[in-house]
Amino acid sequence: MSGQITNILLVGVGGQGILLASEILSETFMLAGFDVKKSEIHGMSQRGGSVVSHVRYGREVFSPIVPEGEGDILFGFELMETCRALPLLKKGGKVVANDLRIPPPSVLMGQETYPEGLADRIRTEFPDLLLVDGQQLAMDAGNPRVANTVLLGAVSKRIDIAEDYWLKALEKLVPKKALEVNRKAFMLGRNL
Amino acid sequence: MHEILSGNEAIARGAHEAGVKVASAYPGTPSTEILETIIQYKEIDASWAPNEKVALEVAIGASFGGGRALVAMKHVGVNVAADPLFTLSYTGVNGGLLLVVADDPEMHSSQNEQDSRNYAKFAKVPLLEPSDSRECKEFTRLAFELSERYDTPVILRSTTRISHGKSIVELDEPVTGLPEPRLVRNSAKLVMLPGNAKVRHPLVEERMAKLSRDGSTLAINRLELRDTSIGIITSGVCYQYVREVLPDASTLKLGMVHPLPRDLIRKFAAQVDTLYVVEELDPFIEEQVKAMGIAVTGKEIFSLCGELTPGRIRKAFGLPGVENSVVEKLPGRPPNMCPGCPHRGVFFALNQLKAYVTGDIGCYTLGFMPPLSAMDTCVCMGASIGTATGVVKVVSEEERKKVVAVIGDSTFLHTGINGLMDMVYNNAPATVVILDNRITAMTGRQENPASGFTLTDEPAQRIDFPLLCKALGVKHIRVVNPLDLEETKRVLKEEMARPEPSVIITDKPCVLIKREGVFTKGPVYQVDAEQCTGCRACLKIGCPAIEWQPGEGKQGKAFIDPLLCTGCDVCRQLCKFDAIGRSK
Repeated sequence: MSGQITNILLVGVGGQGILLASEILSETFMLAGFDVKKSEIHGMSQRGGSVVSHVRYGREVFSPIVPEGEGDILFGFELMETCRALPLLKKGGKVVANDLRIPPPSVLMGQETYPEGLADRIRTEFPDLLLVDGQQLAMDAGNPRVANTVLLGAVSKRIDIAEDYWLKALEKLVPKKALEVNRKAFMLGRNL
Repeated sequence: MHEILSGNEAIARGAHEAGVKVASAYPGTPSTEILETIIQYKEIDASWAPNEKVALEVAIGASFGGGRALVAMKHVGVNVAADPLFTLSYTGVNGGLLLVVADDPEMHSSQNEQDSRNYAKFAKVPLLEPSDSRECKEFTRLAFELSERYDTPVILRSTTRISHGKSIVELDEPVTGLPEPRLVRNSAKLVMLPGNAKVRHPLVEERMAKLSRDGSTLAINRLELRDTSIGIITSGVCYQYVREVLPDASTLKLGMVHPLPRDLIRKFAAQVDTLYVVEELDPFIEEQVKAMGIAVTGKEIFSLCGELTPGRIRKAFGLPGVENSVVEKLPGRPPNMCPGCPHRGVFFALNQLKAYVTGDIGCYTLGFMPPLSAMDTCVCMGASIGTATGVVKVVSEEERKKVVAVIGDSTFLHTGINGLMDMVYNNAPATVVILDNRITAMTGRQENPASGFTLTDEPAQRIDFPLLCKALGVKHIRVVNPLDLEETKRVLKEEMARPEPSVIITDKPCVLIKREGVFTKGPVYQVDAEQCTGCRACLKIGCPAIEWQPGEGKQGKAFIDPLLCTGCDVCRQLCKFDAIGRSK
């Protein structure tokens, strides 16, 4: 059964736009005619804590959460959180990660240091890693806040769904006044 | 027409399709979005109540008046609403009444993981448990029919994974032809004096027995025969996990979990070789099946704690696990108060004064986290004040001066106000700090009776805290600006020393309030690297906008992220070297 389901995990830090990205993913899969389920935790975790969102699509999806170690694609918005979520990914899984470091409280206070060499650490085990400078590309698109959409564009290239569905989902879920910059950001990510 | 909806959105949609007239709730993760999304259906009168008991009473009134009513809360909210719930079970309803409760197995955002199914048994009311968003909508509709058919309130129990999970839902048209609400007197049924209640109780028992019998043919209790060597009784999100992990096993998928459809369970048990119950938290189904004399395996292989996952179920059934990556220990990322949060200065001062802080439920519970580390107790909504009263009753006169209760505006109005009445009435010499940030922040910024607006954004009468405290008889009431550290600390020190009850109200809005004119971001601050001696004093408030940047040898410096800084000024007050100032 699992073989017919594609499992996507989105991870990062509360406030990075992970929710919107997972909404757009789910909408795209529904528009493309698949069954889709997603799950995430709101509440306490929004106050700058770690966030994990699960999105699954296929002919018929049961569990709303990705079974442990069966993730096909890990979509990381922050490097350390991407690393933390690796146990959720299956062997040979794909990783698209934002090349961004957000220091957690213990690092801000100088009690711990932000680990070095995380990208290499990921690549050793998961060679199919695409590292994206989401912040820079978002600036290129015209707004530093659309890094999540740049990353979504990069992820979209790794999922076999026609471009048209992605753009339709964007149009439905992004507020009108921000649509153009998000479209631009999405295409920048998709054409990497 | 289909849409991707969360369980909470689907419950709201179900309420709309069921012709609900009134919806009331107190916000609580993971239930909050039910009311937040129900307001799109303009025919429903939806409102925030100060607590879950009032919310249920509003729904009861709407039901007695002949309208369908929905009330929503998180699991611990049912503890507050339990009083009316238990007697509502006796009176029954006029218009259908649905209590939606969202449990939080694994305690993603809660102080305990109590299993609300026990309330259905305890209060003798039926409980439905949906397993995805489609069922959330369908069961909500069905619940109102059952409520009216069996003259009973109905509980719809969700969990975090259902409420915050999303799946595809087919939308339907709302029902038509419901009777118009009007006053109908039926005091023998609705006035629960002993004489009347004695008549009602046997009817409650009959109702539950009939529901159990009828449950065996109720379509939402579904017997699915596949390979009969393993049979699994399950419900809610666990059904989805079972289908995922053991796709060939036979299942009895229960939509109504209380009362259990005994005949159907017997029929299923007779058709399978080995019977299991897969349920999160308490052995609610399992114990009743065992009491029927049926051999079944449940908590022998599953934990009583936490939520289930496909992986945990695989493991329990002895299926091979998936080999996955192992990650070395990484620095944790716990939640933190926002940059500019008005609570930060208060907890910094409490820490410095070495106060014994009885805490409460809200964002400010994070005052427990280092480096603020200024919370000693936190039990439930509103508990801070009563707890402080109890502590000062037993400790020495010297230690009494250390006891401070902290409670947010919304939590104070929820159930803290009764604690303050008691503190004043019985003259307990503790200090209460009401952290008024003009919003119910933790659950995502909901309005409340002190915020000045309603759920539907209409302007509302705003409770005047100093006046309210005065009316309760508090003699010493101080209002402080919590962003002024010196003032906050001085006032706290004075009131803590006072051998009488006193209240300090902090008056600064939450930085997340988007309404115009409430919170305004000030000019951001920066660190003058020349002046900074690397003393780390500014790090003691744990502001996410301030970062320690290690330098050569021991010489590091503080750095303020201009994108995160709100200009609250608190860090500047901590710097003895004038190294922090407004950006030019």
